[in-house]
Amino acid sequence: MRIDEHPILSFKRVEKIKFVYNGKEYVGFKGDTIASALHAAGIKILGHHPETGRARGFYCAIGNCSSCLMTVNGEPNVRICIEELKEGMVVETQKGKGRLR
Amino acid sequence: MKTTEIAIIGGGPAGLSAAISGASSGAKVTLIDRNYSLGGQLKKQTHKFFGSQKQYASTRGFCIANILEDELKKYGDRVEILTNATVLGLYEDKVITIEQDKQYKKLKPEKIIVATGASEKFLAFPNNDLPGIYGAGAVQTLMNEYGVKPGNNVLMVGAGNIGLIVSYQLIQSGVNVKAIIDAAPQIGGYLVHASKIRRMGIPILTSYTIKYAHGKDAVEKATIWKIDENWEPIPNTEMDFDIDVICISVGLSPLADLLWQIGCKMEYIPELGGHVPIRDDNLETNISGIFIAGDVGGIEEASSAMVEGRLAGLCAAKSLGYYYGDYEEQRKDLIDQLISLRSGPVGDKIRSGLRKVII
Repeated sequence: MRIDEHPILSFKRVEKIKFVYNGKEYVGFKGDTIASALHAAGIKILGHHPETGRARGFYCAIGNCSSCLMTVNGEPNVRICIEELKEGMVVETQKGKGRLR
Repeated sequence: MKTTEIAIIGGGPAGLSAAISGASSGAKVTLIDRNYSLGGQLKKQTHKFFGSQKQYASTRGFCIANILEDELKKYGDRVEILTNATVLGLYEDKVITIEQDKQYKKLKPEKIIVATGASEKFLAFPNNDLPGIYGAGAVQTLMNEYGVKPGNNVLMVGAGNIGLIVSYQLIQSGVNVKAIIDAAPQIGGYLVHASKIRRMGIPILTSYTIKYAHGKDAVEKATIWKIDENWEPIPNTEMDFDIDVICISVGLSPLADLLWQIGCKMEYIPELGGHVPIRDDNLETNISGIFIAGDVGGIEEASSAMVEGRLAGLCAAKSLGYYYGDYEEQRKDLIDQLISLRSGPVGDKIRSGLRKVII
């Protein structure tokens, strides 16, 4: 789902970044957010509503709507649409509202 | 507590311009932005801007972001830039609280320019919460900043400028746009954009609204139907589209939370997109020393946001005693630029809205 050819923009994907999502290893690129790397891998269901259980994806992608909250390196409620992807990150879908440890 | 002369909240087109004009007048400015880099929504604008030379006409949005940032950095020590820094609060004594790198910080400026921009509106329809239903800005961010396609087949809801421009950008990224629909009886955006879309064979269906989004865990299909002159749906006019993305482009509303918190006088002005602050000609609110610039004061284009930023920066610096002999001339030039950008029939709505909030 990456854009390879574009008439105006060029995307330099030089540095690969490995991360773990729900126990499985994925690869993104330097410059990705967690959400863009997941979306590029075809993952757009980012969680479920804590009460109704309905599937959730992001809506705004700029940190306004909080529809993309996940647990990152053990920290819950991270807005993954604005969180820079880093090597070795452990990303997990969150059950319920997330609890601070 | 850390101090500064002018704090600017938001590093998009308005905030960057405000910082430039404050610093060029001689004031010490601190520009605060919650993102990793400056530029705001300019960074994802691949189209060339309209307006005049002074508003960087015929330059692409993301290039304007770089031009503004370079210009700001020319003022060296007078400029402090805080990125990845989210403003949490704005208090009566003009103290700003900030979260940066998981630290809680306080800043006490003499003047504040709020340039926080806007957020995308949403639309009510059954299953509107399915993954794959995104704001137009989100789609732009994903494509143009991160180089990722939102999906393969898109239904665009909204034929204003953003809906038209993002549709064109989707095609440039190799994504199929099935149709653009709009509930209004006519296309809201500029006809030059609409013509470009139509030449590519994409239908623009006016007087249509979305009836239903289908799918279990993600959107798979959309049903639209026609509405009459009273905006009531007409039965048996339904049409289905097999899509994996619905892109919502139904306008923006000002991100004015900080202005509410500090107690600015706010008015609900539909023409400006929602609740906006009362302000004077110099963009100062009813609270002395609190200025605004850009979409937070009413939804417009980035071009006018940049001019407003320059004006707010100039006037905030003047109120601190920083100005040059040509201050009045500069101020008049900026006000004239705004008048020109808001002239003609496309500016009717903005002019009517602004008349209600400028005191």
